[in-house]
Amino acid sequence: MSKTITDVVCPFCGTLCDDLIVTTDDDGKKILGVDNACAIGAEKFVHSSDHSHRVTRPRKMQEDGSFKEITYEEAIEHTATILAKAKKPLMYGWSSTSCEADSVGHEIAELCGGIVDNTAAVCHGTTLIAVQNVGIPSCTLGEVKNRADRIIFWGCNPAHAHPRHMSRYSIFPRGYFTGKGAKQRKIIVVDPRPTDTSTLADVHLQVEQGYDYELLQALRAAIRGEPLVGDVIAGVPKETVYEAAEILKSGRFGVIFFGMGVTQSLGKDHNIDAAICLTKDLNDYTKFSIVAMRGHFNVTGSGQVLGWQFGFPYAVDLSRGFARYNPGETGAIEVLKRQEADAVFVLGSDPGAHFPMRCVKEIARLPSVAIDPHITPTTEICDVHVPVAFVGVEVGGNCYRMDNVPIEARKVVEPPEGMMSDYQFLSAVLDRVKELKAN
Amino acid sequence: MDTVKLTAKEVPELYLEAEHITPDVFAGKSNQEIGDLSVHMGNQTYKLSDYFTVEGKAGAIAAETKIVIAGDVSKVKYIGMKMTAGEVEVLGNADMYVGAWMAGGKLLVKGSVDSFAGIAMTGGELIIEGNAKNYIGAAYRGDWRGMQGGKIVVKGNVGSDVGSNINGGTIDIGGNADVHLATHADGGTIIVRGVAKGRVGGQMVKGDIYCLGGVERMMPSYKYDHTEEIELDGKKMNFQVYFGDLGERHGKKKGEIIYGKIYIATGVSETTSAKVTPRSEKKVHLSDLQTNQLASALKEMKEPSVQEVRTYIFDNFGVDMKPSQVSRLISSLKR
Ligand code: SF4
Repeated sequence: MSKTITDVVCPFCGTLCDDLIVTTDDDGKKILGVDNACAIGAEKFVHSSDHSHRVTRPRKMQEDGSFKEITYEEAIEHTATILAKAKKPLMYGWSSTSCEADSVGHEIAELCGGIVDNTAAVCHGTTLIAVQNVGIPSCTLGEVKNRADRIIFWGCNPAHAHPRHMSRYSIFPRGYFTGKGAKQRKIIVVDPRPTDTSTLADVHLQVEQGYDYELLQALRAAIRGEPLVGDVIAGVPKETVYEAAEILKSGRFGVIFFGMGVTQSLGKDHNIDAAICLTKDLNDYTKFSIVAMRGHFNVTGSGQVLGWQFGFPYAVDLSRGFARYNPGETGAIEVLKRQEADAVFVLGSDPGAHFPMRCVKEIARLPSVAIDPHITPTTEICDVHVPVAFVGVEVGGNCYRMDNVPIEARKVVEPPEGMMSDYQFLSAVLDRVKELKAN
Repeated sequence: MDTVKLTAKEVPELYLEAEHITPDVFAGKSNQEIGDLSVHMGNQTYKLSDYFTVEGKAGAIAAETKIVIAGDVSKVKYIGMKMTAGEVEVLGNADMYVGAWMAGGKLLVKGSVDSFAGIAMTGGELIIEGNAKNYIGAAYRGDWRGMQGGKIVVKGNVGSDVGSNINGGTIDIGGNADVHLATHADGGTIIVRGVAKGRVGGQMVKGDIYCLGGVERMMPSYKYDHTEEIELDGKKMNFQVYFGDLGERHGKKKGEIIYGKIYIATGVSETTSAKVTPRSEKKVHLSDLQTNQLASALKEMKEPSVQEVRTYIFDNFGVDMKPSQVSRLISSLKR
């Protein structure tokens, strides 16, 4: 016999699908099948329930670079000591865990006078800067499904990165006012390359690599009916720009989805700033919204928790006892590059694979801890690696979808014997840090 | 005017935050009191005298106080922050936030500075003889008021985002400027004597930008209006005047629409043509020679991890590869 669990939340990408059906064996130890999920989502469940390749106890790096198993108590002591001793510890990650764990981690950072930064540093942090500059007219994915008839995908490729986004929300579903589904929607894709998403588009604006800002401002001028200089605007023929402007203005409800193609190419926050202003402008003619395609399943939640605790969504410097925020100075990459930190704590992220080499070397040089269920390039270079249970598979917890809707992730199977969750681990570290700081 | 001389004793381990180094704070204090002022490094608080020797004498008020800073302060932030009067002279380089929120007085840096110098400045004079990095005279994060008054002179080059949200004052750049000059500007004047990299005056509502060395690529949302003769540094020069940013809302004055203006010196390279400058051409491939060297190194390393190989490539060839690329490379070399 097997057990079936319905309405399971997928802890992989920012779409946070909440309609999965997971089948487990009788004791709730092993996952036998996952329905409704896309290939990557299903793989995460199946992969995590296969315990054979997993590290189940903390490991400490030895002189010769090999790892030796240590107990959770030793790992807690090590983590608390390096954080309490440091003058400016950097605590990075936070995106692949629950909001509850985040809030405990931030409390440690506050006690230790550290810097808290999440993976927005390398993806949508620039979006947050732009939002702070010009605000954001946004909506939920439910509204997109039920109302939107103009969809723009700017610098993102949901066909690969958020596989069920298009079928659940943006292109195909039939909603309350969108009974004809895909037939009723006009799709514009802005991407320098042809992608699997762009094959579904009515208009594909093949923008010249790195000139999104120019195109956005040109679109804004075109919407105002202003003349544009030159026949080719950022790689796109002028007529196509005017045509796109007309399509956008003529819709009843439009949404711009944008991804790392614009947030991390030249201009960064300025691109998003212009995209938000475009959305604002379009609201003079029709209803328009803009939504960021967030990557990690709970990167949005990490920003939310930081927001309610300290007032800023990422790159928060608590070293002086009050919160300061200035990406460019207090972000993880700058801090590592400029050698501003003297200890590194990584949770639920893999800077070893995504940061520039100079930063990776800096992590390897400093006292460091990595909390991660997997073995990753980061855990390979940190002094101590603490494996924890998978959030959303082996423990529950609160997560935020890319449109800032909180969804409670569920536990479906038991973690390996004796394994801690990151919430438990962080709480233990917090207690120990309090003791150390009291003396 | 009385002068206080600060000499840096040592380079701090991390970065030092020294927002008290201003004439306003020093004025009327004895050298002992000045030495007891706090400086911060991470979560620790130290005394100014732990890192600097204090000599000379401070004036009774800020306007009569000059601070000369010698020694290596390239890891010291916030020098001259919020100063309203008096003078500060840094003999070498300084780090971030030099003259941030400055309201008056004169601040001279003989070397170069890092980012955020003169942000949200309202008055006074900030002179940087070397280069400056990003966000010079810009707004602090989330603020809509950048530089509002005073003057910033950078003799060398500047980075990106200079003068964003500027709505008053003048920024005079001797060298080149990187992208995003005067974004969201609502007033003020910027002069670039070298080449401006592009995206000049994006989302600008009002203000004047003079580009003496031309613009690498103009925004498509600017339109050419007329040619004008203007006197600059006592010399008459011809400029082509562009109006924009056409994507923005613009106010009206006496029935006429007020645009942001970009003045481009006549005779410098034509600017509106879509000149393609590939920006992100980073080298991510190894040459055959390097691949061979790596292959023999791999044999000696015996089952190296991806991270080790990535480090090896970075150290020896200066190429920063993604781990996924590295693992593909390893498996191709094994074959
Ligand atoms: S689209 Fe994203 S959230 Fe949905 S099943 Fe796939 S990976 Fe999971």
